[in-house]
Amino acid sequence: MNKLMSGNEAIARGAYEHGVTFAAAYPGTPSTEITQEFSRYEGVYAEWAPNEKIALEAAIGAAFAGGDAMAVMKHVGVNVAADPLFTVSYTGTNGGLVVVVADDPSMHSSQNEQDSRNYARFAKIPMLEPADSDEARRYIRLAFELSRRFDTPVFLRSTTRLSHSKSVVTLDEPREQRKATGAVKNAAKFVMVPAMARGRRVVVEKRMRDIGKFAETFSGNKVEINNPSMGIITAGMAYNYAKEAFPEASFLKLGMVNPLPETMIRGFTDRVDTLYVIEELDPVIEDQVRAMGIEVIGKEIFPYTNEFDPGVLVEAVTGKSPIKIRPELPALPNRPPNLCPGCPHRGLFYVFGKLNVFAAGDIGCYTLAFQRPLQGLDSCICMGASVGMAHGMSKAQEDGKNNVVGVIGDSTFIHSGITSLLNMVYNRSNSVVVICDNRTTAMTGMQDHPGTGVTLQGRETKALDFERLARSMGVDNVRVVNPLDLKETREAIKDELAAEGPSLVIARAPCALLKSKDGESMSPLMVERERCTGCRACISIGCPAISWRRFEQLDEPIPEKKTKKQEGIAVIDPAECNGCTVCSQLCKVNAIVEVRDND
Amino acid sequence: MTDSRKVTTVLFVGVGGQGIILAGDILSEIVMRAGYDVKKSEVHGMAQRGGCVSSHVRYGSKVYSPLPGKGDVDILVSFERMETLRYLDYLNEKSAVVVNDETIFPPSVNLGEEPYPDAVMEILRRYFPAVKALKATEMARVAGDRRMANTVMLGALSSLSSIDEGLWKEVLKEALPKKLVEKNLKAFDMGRKA
Repeated sequence: MNKLMSGNEAIARGAYEHGVTFAAAYPGTPSTEITQEFSRYEGVYAEWAPNEKIALEAAIGAAFAGGDAMAVMKHVGVNVAADPLFTVSYTGTNGGLVVVVADDPSMHSSQNEQDSRNYARFAKIPMLEPADSDEARRYIRLAFELSRRFDTPVFLRSTTRLSHSKSVVTLDEPREQRKATGAVKNAAKFVMVPAMARGRRVVVEKRMRDIGKFAETFSGNKVEINNPSMGIITAGMAYNYAKEAFPEASFLKLGMVNPLPETMIRGFTDRVDTLYVIEELDPVIEDQVRAMGIEVIGKEIFPYTNEFDPGVLVEAVTGKSPIKIRPELPALPNRPPNLCPGCPHRGLFYVFGKLNVFAAGDIGCYTLAFQRPLQGLDSCICMGASVGMAHGMSKAQEDGKNNVVGVIGDSTFIHSGITSLLNMVYNRSNSVVVICDNRTTAMTGMQDHPGTGVTLQGRETKALDFERLARSMGVDNVRVVNPLDLKETREAIKDELAAEGPSLVIARAPCALLKSKDGESMSPLMVERERCTGCRACISIGCPAISWRRFEQLDEPIPEKKTKKQEGIAVIDPAECNGCTVCSQLCKVNAIVEVRDND
Repeated sequence: MTDSRKVTTVLFVGVGGQGIILAGDILSEIVMRAGYDVKKSEVHGMAQRGGCVSSHVRYGSKVYSPLPGKGDVDILVSFERMETLRYLDYLNEKSAVVVNDETIFPPSVNLGEEPYPDAVMEILRRYFPAVKALKATEMARVAGDRRMANTVMLGALSSLSSIDEGLWKEVLKEALPKKLVEKNLKAFDMGRKA
């Protein structure tokens, strides 16, 4: 049966077809849907872990117990999981273990553009890289086969363009699920103290040599000889761009990007005149081909940064721009992504902006609050960095005046903020941490987490209690505020900035999308046109439901001017507004009211 | 260039929340059922509302790249007037443009810092032979719900396509909850006749 599937759906499908029964992940764009889709198949176990390290450790455990297990993460998640990753390469896996990693060339939804293929080389782990959805389905199966055959963890690499594009997939029937056979004691293999690790270190080198030999005949490494004047070595999504840009060229398409098939590469090189390596991000293949003593054209013409497309490649090779029309255009205002109407973060970050604190921020929807007009967030490094940085900043500022807050989402706090809060207590910090607790992992599409009381597969479980957790760690100043109440929020932040010792403010209100899903939206608001003075106070929160229209842009009857200088009024779109009231709290003339039924 | 030349590219663009991704999904299903190879791809902002959104659908006898190069888009379907101008690099002299002649102001325009560009339609008509402008949001409102603007736009797109009208409607019916089907078919027809 043929079906249109995204790369992520196809990876989940392939794992299911292969009989994989265990998956653990932390949500992260563009990888999130893999685990979500997998969790819906019959007979599988899948969980959200608090972070990627814990997800990988759980998958290692499941593989040690003899099962087939995958850990799924975005590229920066591998940084978090790197500690167990490097050593499970030494122990091997017993069962099957695949780490699925989704890179994000162009940084559509990420803080950096790191290339995970470097991790495969660094940790000495083989890596497969599919180029379309059907290959994704097949390669995850090959990855599990490779894992068991060579007793090694295996990477499956995706990129945003593969994960989030759809192409036609041919489905196979699932085979029988493989149950875990049970853990077997083997200290020399599984207990990585120095004496044992030295033994395994040698095994790792031999294993990579063996897999290198296997790569020479691996079905995913394919030579296509067409016109021999141009030979292209490529892999993954870049293959598609190159194939469209240079359909007459000869190709060596690598399905396995670590280790490389040296004999195959030399053989291909001999059959073509000019050799190119086309790969997005780092010259991982190119550098190795050069190290074989082969002349190649690569990053001197193809970009290091951003995704490719066929036009980028044609321009790099021919020097001719693919742009065909160049109209003279007016300046186009930017349209940055924005917090949703009714988003509880809007109230909190409006307050930060007004108080002019340095808000050490974190990873989540709320990172967008750095933008105008809110300007309420001042740094973003990685998951959990806010809490540690706020501590460091307040310690370094010896003037005793504390104007720093660390602000972090509920899911991100659980991911990697808890130990940093403990650090504040231990090291007698004077800083303030604010958890924007919107009861979900919002940015990746509203996944549950240990604070929500529901698991990935929909089972009820104990919910983490942030207040009790903080008190048990020794945070004495703990309070809960409603971030949609500007006055309450402002006073709480001011009080805690002045307080002795570390403080935790939990700004708790459900994500606006969670609310609309649960049917809990409040009635929308509207602007009374005859009252509005056009002062733009409500516009200063940057809500997408509110726009400002000049008088001449309004429908009849046009309201009267309240001041000489007034040029227009604010307008609220009732279909977008969910009645959060943050705007009405700022309106000095009480012009923002609930929509009446007869309007 | 052989096969890849025959790839047709439709690019949907607009603002988050307008139903662009769904429109791309529906077109992909239609062209797959019409017997084409298809690849569909999208770029969406970090949060759920307000940012630029685009979705590419490419179909033909064999499609390799899910992304077109600049200059390679055959039909641009834009859900917001100004957004159309952001993607002109992707068009060529023969490209068709379908525009929802509706404005959604970005924050800087609401704040009074920048003007919303005028003369968008004039620019489009000057450079492209086939520009189809319609008030899709208003038409959707008349059909029963302004959120069906994406269905109106699909209707307008269908009038440029040789794929049988029945297939468009068949896929629409399957993709939508039952109670929304009738309204949406009405919205589709309005767009198709516009």
